[in-house]
Amino acid sequence: MATRIQFENNSDIGVFSKLTNSYCLAALQGSTNFYSAFESELGDVIPIVHTSIGGTRLVGRLTAGNRHGLLVPSTTTDQELQHLRNSLPDAVAIQRIEERLSALGNVIACNDYVALVHPDIDRETEEIIADVLKVEVFRQTVAENVLVGSYCAITNQGGLVHPKTSIQDQDELSSLLQIPLVAGTVNRGSDVIGAGLVVNDWTAFTGLDTTATEISVIEAAFKLQGQQSVGIITDLRDTLVDHYA
Amino acid sequence: MAMQYIAPPPVHRILCADCGTTITPNSANLCVACLRNTVDITEGIPKQSSVSYCRNCERFLSPPTAWTIALPESSELLSICLKKLKGLSKVRLTDAHFIWTEPHSKRIKVSLTIQKEVLTNTILEQTFEIEYLVQHGQCPDCTRLAAKNTWRALVQVRQKVAHKRTFLYLEQLILKHNAQKDTVSVKEVRDGLDFFYAQRSHALKMVEFLANVVPTRSKSSEQIISSDTHTNTANFKYTYSVEIIPMCKDDLVCIPPKLARQMANISPLTVCTRIGNTVHLLDPSTLQHVEVTPTVYWRAPFDSLASVSELKEFVVLDVEPARSQGRFVLADAQVALTGAFRSQTKEDDGMDYDDGTANQIFHTRTHLGAILQPGDTAMGYFLTTANYNSTDFASLPESRVPDVVLVKKAYPNRRKKTKARNWQLKSIAKEVGGDEGAEEGTVQKRGPAGVIGRMGGRDQKKVDADYELFLRDLEEDAELRGTVNLYKADARMAPPEAGTGERKPKKGGQYGMDVDDTPAAPSGADDDDDEEDEPDFPEVKLDELLEGFDEMTLEEDQ
Repeated sequence: MATRIQFENNSDIGVFSKLTNSYCLAALQGSTNFYSAFESELGDVIPIVHTSIGGTRLVGRLTAGNRHGLLVPSTTTDQELQHLRNSLPDAVAIQRIEERLSALGNVIACNDYVALVHPDIDRETEEIIADVLKVEVFRQTVAENVLVGSYCAITNQGGLVHPKTSIQDQDELSSLLQIPLVAGTVNRGSDVIGAGLVVNDWTAFTGLDTTATEISVIEAAFKLQGQQSVGIITDLRDTLVDHYA
Repeated sequence: MAMQYIAPPPVHRILCADCGTTITPNSANLCVACLRNTVDITEGIPKQSSVSYCRNCERFLSPPTAWTIALPESSELLSICLKKLKGLSKVRLTDAHFIWTEPHSKRIKVSLTIQKEVLTNTILEQTFEIEYLVQHGQCPDCTRLAAKNTWRALVQVRQKVAHKRTFLYLEQLILKHNAQKDTVSVKEVRDGLDFFYAQRSHALKMVEFLANVVPTRSKSSEQIISSDTHTNTANFKYTYSVEIIPMCKDDLVCIPPKLARQMANISPLTVCTRIGNTVHLLDPSTLQHVEVTPTVYWRAPFDSLASVSELKEFVVLDVEPARSQGRFVLADAQVALTGAFRSQTKEDDGMDYDDGTANQIFHTRTHLGAILQPGDTAMGYFLTTANYNSTDFASLPESRVPDVVLVKKAYPNRRKKTKARNWQLKSIAKEVGGDEGAEEGTVQKRGPAGVIGRMGGRDQKKVDADYELFLRDLEEDAELRGTVNLYKADARMAPPEAGTGERKPKKGGQYGMDVDDTPAAPSGADDDDDEEDEPDFPEVKLDELLEGFDEMTLEEDQ
């Protein structure tokens, strides 16, 4: 099930939040609307952490993470690191990375098993990614774009890639990641998937501009409607029963 | 060889973000129809507009203020139409053309094709029509013409003298300094010229220019045309009356005794040697020299006693230089009237000097000692026979009034030769608007006098004579010549001038004689051709002349 939300009138929610299977990060905000939207969906299941990274609110673009760990850039302060450590489950490893390409969310796209990274990333960083996130790391591009984190979103179920990704590239990426991939858009035609969409294995949040068509593509790609289909049938049966009663 | 099936590369498609149809991915990731529906690139461009059209002069208003002639469906009209559209600067115009409309419908239709970048890197093209309403009206020019209100400021230049030489000279000064630049029109009136201007500042500039070159006094007045009590604004017509001191070079001037005492006690009987922005007066018997400024003059105005038309021709019999001061040399001269001691003088001249003065020898002091030689001819005022109606002159003691005051040297023999001048003058050939238009048009092409002497046949001869005198002045006075522009006369220009017989030196045309009607005799027929020329005749040097008379005349012909 995908939910449409907005961060301070901005549909690029992937910039201000990070969602994994074991935790969620949300940027600090004057009101708590953004946080509440996550809370209503995930509140009982995983911790949602209000935080900043290096004093900025660009939480989603500066960090990379999955069920096993969280990578934060070198700009992260000790205080923020401490806050994250206190807020996240102990099973999640947190690592600060000295990497020139400090917008880790843009240069790393990962699920719980594999990660695609920017081709120019440090060898050391690559090792840290593999160790902390417990993933296999591939240097790749998505539709000729080196910012793999910006132009695709992947989970253990599936992935959405830049709309201009050719069939051959999709096939290649799909065989690397061992998940089905779909080319698509978010936020009404925007190709910056990572900025418009945060997703984990059972739920997705997209920008408010995202159209019904795009939602349906997203739900199909990440296999989000599986459980709900049963619900629809029960709902439908209820209304039918109501109608004929 | 086995046929091999090569699969075509699979076409990569995505769903349109809005309607869900499969499309090849584009930069907006929307299908064309959805893109059209969502963004209107013609937004901000008005679909209806209007153009102003003056029905009198058939011109269109080209914003902001210009009125231009534009034919229907012309590129000029298209540019005017496009200028009216505000939002056009934000898009890229690729095509614009007219759609034919019935002229009487007062509608113009223009089809535009524009391109604009929408979202990111997506350029959308759209064609649409704009309808213009042609609003008939009157342009400001036509309004003013209809209201007979073509000028805003007027400079009336007047000099109350019998001749036009000052204005002929003024015309040359104006041309040299390009002071007529903003003049709307020039009109000749009695005793002067009227210069019309569209703006008050232009008129003020002209007034200042005149004050710099001639001794003047000016008065300004204004007439209210209209006023708006709400905005506290008013519309005025300004008139500047500029009066030039009625005194010319070579005039005989009798300064009022009181003024003469104030000015270094100069002898009152003086000759005017130069007119700048002051009047230069010279006492020929002492070479004492004063300048009369306009302020001094207008405090107590006085007239000149006699002007060049009253000059008589004298023969210099003897000259004894006494002393020199500046460019003048004081000398004692003995002169006699030309034609004295000849038996048939009386028939020739038609003058009646019964008292025997015709054959007398006069002794006089003159400032022309440097240029006069015995045997020369000089022009002078013959005070013995003159009768001036002036109390200032009458109050002079008899002993201080000389018989003759010589003013300048004359060159009668040279003047007798009909020789075309090798130089020409420009003229302000301005069409005078209004009811005399047709007449002015013909007069204007007549000759080089241009605006001066346009009153028609009445004083035409007099103006021509004045012009000839003015040209001679220029020839004989290098200083005067330096202040105006002389142009080379070319062969093409010379014949029509000679053909009309107007600006030609007349046979025997001398000072004081009217230029008569008889056509000039060919130069060969001159009976006294054998007389020798004055050797010191002041020729105009070729290097003083300017090129470029042609361009001006061409312009005038059109």
